[in-house]
Amino acid sequence: MTLEILTPDKKLYSGEVYGVQLPGITGLFEVLDKHAPMVSALKKGQVKILKDAKNAELYQIQSGFVEVLNNRVTVLVEGATIV
Amino acid sequence: MPGQLKEVRNRIKSVQSTQQITKAMKMVSAAKLRRAQDAIIQMRPYAQKLQEMLRNIVSSAEGDLSMSLAEQRPVERVLLIVITSDRGLCGAYNANLVKLAKQRISESYANQLAKGNVTIWNIGKKGYESLTKAGFPTQDTYKDIFLHLSFEQVQAAAQAAIEGFQNKTFDHVEIIYSEFKNAATQRYVAETFLPIQKVEQVSGSKKADFIFEPEKATLVAELMPKILNTQLYKAVLDCHASEHGARMTAMDKATENANELLKSLKISYNRARQAAITTELTEIVSGAAALKG
Repeated sequence: MTLEILTPDKKLYSGEVYGVQLPGITGLFEVLDKHAPMVSALKKGQVKILKDAKNAELYQIQSGFVEVLNNRVTVLVEGATIV
Repeated sequence: MPGQLKEVRNRIKSVQSTQQITKAMKMVSAAKLRRAQDAIIQMRPYAQKLQEMLRNIVSSAEGDLSMSLAEQRPVERVLLIVITSDRGLCGAYNANLVKLAKQRISESYANQLAKGNVTIWNIGKKGYESLTKAGFPTQDTYKDIFLHLSFEQVQAAAQAAIEGFQNKTFDHVEIIYSEFKNAATQRYVAETFLPIQKVEQVSGSKKADFIFEPEKATLVAELMPKILNTQLYKAVLDCHASEHGARMTAMDKATENANELLKSLKISYNRARQAAITTELTEIVSGAAALKG
């Protein structure tokens, strides 16, 4: 699946990934390949990008939203910093 | 005669050094303009996606979503957010924005102004100075955003405006800024910030069966402030780019004008020089003739 992380300042991440862990407003969840369409609000926490089984990248975010549609995950966040 | 010559020479020198300054300013503005333009381009996908998300939610919602931020109230108290630049020397850019602000107030909010119910928040020093001088009720809380331009700062201003609208300190919020078209043209606009304009339901577009978490109403309530933040941020970025565009054009014009001025000064310098030589020659010749005679 393709992942895009957008902030008001720049495009933070864009590319093929294995999965992504997100701090949903009701709790942490993970989006994997072929996930059903979804829109969710995110709270302050960490976004973990799973590039493949071993490699992961962490971003600290303040708040945001995620949209999953047609195997494309778009994360809109504010105040993101790499950890 | 020699006195005049020196005078012209001094003027030429001063025009030349002024031209050097305007040329340098033009170059600097061109570089800054590119960066400002990049910033706008970078934030566009974010703004677009945000709008798209809202449309997705609204179009899959049955019935109306009640939104407190879209509530239309009789306009008693007005907030104007006027965005100008911190520095001058950019043509009529700031003057135009200030003019638009005054025009909006006298056209639409004259009654509110008479009752003292108009508040102006200035972003940028120039607009603050001239509106304060003209006797308008200005506030400088967010004046210095351009010193360290960042999303967080603009967000704080947007949040304050939203809070003001929610607790009924303001019934109507408007942004006055200049939209960046290209380096030479800006469009000065007054845009309604709050209440939020109704989102059109897009019918006919294929709907995906979205899972919403939390439910739609809460999501929309979360999404709305974000969209407003982005809207204000976009306005600030637009203004930033416009400022540099305006300055670049103004400085280009100034350099050109300096060139013209130099041309005519050089002609008068040469004329004065020739006149001086001719007089000297006549003096020598007539002197020699007098000696002979």
